[in-house]
Amino acid sequence: MSNGMSGRPEAEETSAGPVEPRVRSISDAFDFSAFPGGRGLRLIERHARFYRRMWLVVASGAAEPLFYLLSVGVGIGGLIGTVTGPTGHPVPYREFVAPGLLAVSALNGALNDSTFNVYGRLKFEKLYDAVLATPLTAGDVALSEIGWAVLRGILYAVPFLIVMAAMGLIVSPWALLALPGAALVSFATAAAGVALTTYMKSWQDFEYVVLVSVPLFLFSGTFFPLSVYPHLIGVIVEWTPLYQGVVILRDLVLGAPTWALLWRAAYLAAVGALGLAVAGRRIARLLLV
Amino acid sequence: MVTTARPVSPAALDRVPGTLDLSVRAFRCWLVMYRRTWRSSIWSSVFGPLFYLGAMGYGLGSLVDAHGTASLGGVPYVVFVGPAVLAVQAMNTGLSNSMFPVFGAVHWNRVYVAARASMLRPADIYRGHLLFMTMRIAMNAACFLVFLAAFGLIRSWWAVLLLPASVLLGLAFAAPVAAWAVTMETHTPMNYLIRFGSIPLMLFSGTFFPLSRLPGWLRPIAYATPLWHGVALCRSLCLGTVTAGSAAIHVGYLAALTAIGLWAGARTYRRRLYV
Repeated sequence: MSNGMSGRPEAEETSAGPVEPRVRSISDAFDFSAFPGGRGLRLIERHARFYRRMWLVVASGAAEPLFYLLSVGVGIGGLIGTVTGPTGHPVPYREFVAPGLLAVSALNGALNDSTFNVYGRLKFEKLYDAVLATPLTAGDVALSEIGWAVLRGILYAVPFLIVMAAMGLIVSPWALLALPGAALVSFATAAAGVALTTYMKSWQDFEYVVLVSVPLFLFSGTFFPLSVYPHLIGVIVEWTPLYQGVVILRDLVLGAPTWALLWRAAYLAAVGALGLAVAGRRIARLLLV
Repeated sequence: MVTTARPVSPAALDRVPGTLDLSVRAFRCWLVMYRRTWRSSIWSSVFGPLFYLGAMGYGLGSLVDAHGTASLGGVPYVVFVGPAVLAVQAMNTGLSNSMFPVFGAVHWNRVYVAARASMLRPADIYRGHLLFMTMRIAMNAACFLVFLAAFGLIRSWWAVLLLPASVLLGLAFAAPVAAWAVTMETHTPMNYLIRFGSIPLMLFSGTFFPLSRLPGWLRPIAYATPLWHGVALCRSLCLGTVTAGSAAIHVGYLAALTAIGLWAGARTYRRRLYV
C-alpha cells in the first residue's frame, strides 16, 4: 500500500489514493509492498493477531514430538542400542531418531494450518473474499498462507532443536543448518497442503489428510533406516518428501553432509514451488477472481 | 370383551417405558446417524492401528529383535506390541467418541437438546450414547483382533477374553470423559486432554517398551494410569501369562473408573440438560 498519504489520515474521500488506516501495524513501519509477495505480510500479521489469544493452543502443539523423542528415542532406544548411521558407523538409536522427529515436528506444524485452517477460512469464514477486496491478489493469499504455516513449523522446530541440544543429541556444527532444513520441510508440506486443500469438498475429505500424514510419519525413515524394507518399498519411500527431509536433517545433525543433500533440498523446493503455483491459481478460480 | 380391536391398549400408553428401553431409544438415534457417516471412520479405525502395528511392531521390531528381547520376556517385539496397540486403540476410540461428539451434541448439532424434548431423561441420553460408544469400541477392537490373529500374534486361548477386556478399557475412558465433556463451554480443554493426556499415556504406559525402562520416579505414576492396567491385562491375555490376582486388580480398577463415570455422568448430564 502506498505511504503517500501517511500523516494525513483524514484526507478528503474524493482523493484518488487509498486512505491510510489509523491503526499502526508492523507493516506500516516499512513499505513491504516494494518486494514481490510483500503485501501478503498483511495477512500473516492478521493471523498473528488472531492467534495472539490462543498462543497456548499453538505452543502446546510443540509438545507432541518431544513426547515421542522421550518415548521412542530414550525408551525404545534402550531396547535397540545402536543402528547404522549415515556414515556407516553405528550411532545410538536416540541420535538416529531425533532428526527424524525434528522433520516430523516441522511437518506437523505446517500441516494443520495449511489444511484444516485454510479450508475453514476459505469455505466458512469467507476470509479470502474479504482479503481479495483489498490490493492483495490470490497469489498473495497462497504465498502468505504458506508463509504462515512455515512460521508455525519453525515455531515447533526451534524448541525441539533446543531440547535436542540439551539432551546432547547434536554432534556436529552442521546442525546450524537444520533450522533452514526444517523450514524447507515445512515449506514443501504447507505448499502441498494448501494446494490439495483447494480440491477438498467437505470436512470428510480431510480423512485423506490423516490417511496420508500418518503413514508418512511412520514409514518415511523417521523411526528406522530404509534397509528394513524390501527393495521395492524402499524405492517408493525414497520418493516421499518427508523421507528427503528426514535424510537432510539427519545428515546435517549427525555431521555427515554430502553434495547430494543439495539435490534433496532442490526436490523439496520444487514440491513447494509447484504447490505454491497450483494453490494461487486454484484460489483465484474458486473465488472467481 | 367388547373393545378388543384397539391397535394400542390404553394400559400400554399409561406405562412409562423402563430405563433400559429408554436408553436403547437414545442409542438408536446415534445408530441412525452412524449409518450415514460410517465411511469416513473406516480409515482411522481400521487402518490407523494397522499402520502403527506395521511401523512399530515390524519396522522397529526388526531393530529390537536384532538387539535381543530378554527384557520383553523373550517374545518378538511385534508380539509384545500387538496387544498394546489393541489397548491404545480401545482408549482412543473411547476418547474420540466421548469428547467432540458429546460436546457437539450440546453445542453444535444439538442432538441432546432435541432428545431433551422427548420423554428421555438426561441419564437415559447419557447411557444411550454410552451404549453407542461401547458398540464402536467393540467394532474397532474386533476388527483389530482379526488382524492380530491373522498375523499369528496371539499366543493363548485366553485371547477370547481380549474383546471384553478392550471394551472395558475403552469404557473406563469414555464414561468419565463424556461426563466431563458435557459440562464444557469451549472445546479447547479437550485439545489439551489429547495433547497432554492421551498422547503421553500412549507413549509411556508400557505400550512400546516395558515400564522398567522408565526412570524410577516416573514408574509409580505409570502404574497408576488406566492405560497401563489395560495394556497389562491385554498383554497377559494375549500371551497366556494371565494370573487371577493381577487380572482381578486390572479389571477392578477399570470397572471402578467406569462406575465412577456412570455415577458422575448421570449427575452432570442432569445439571446440563434440565433447564
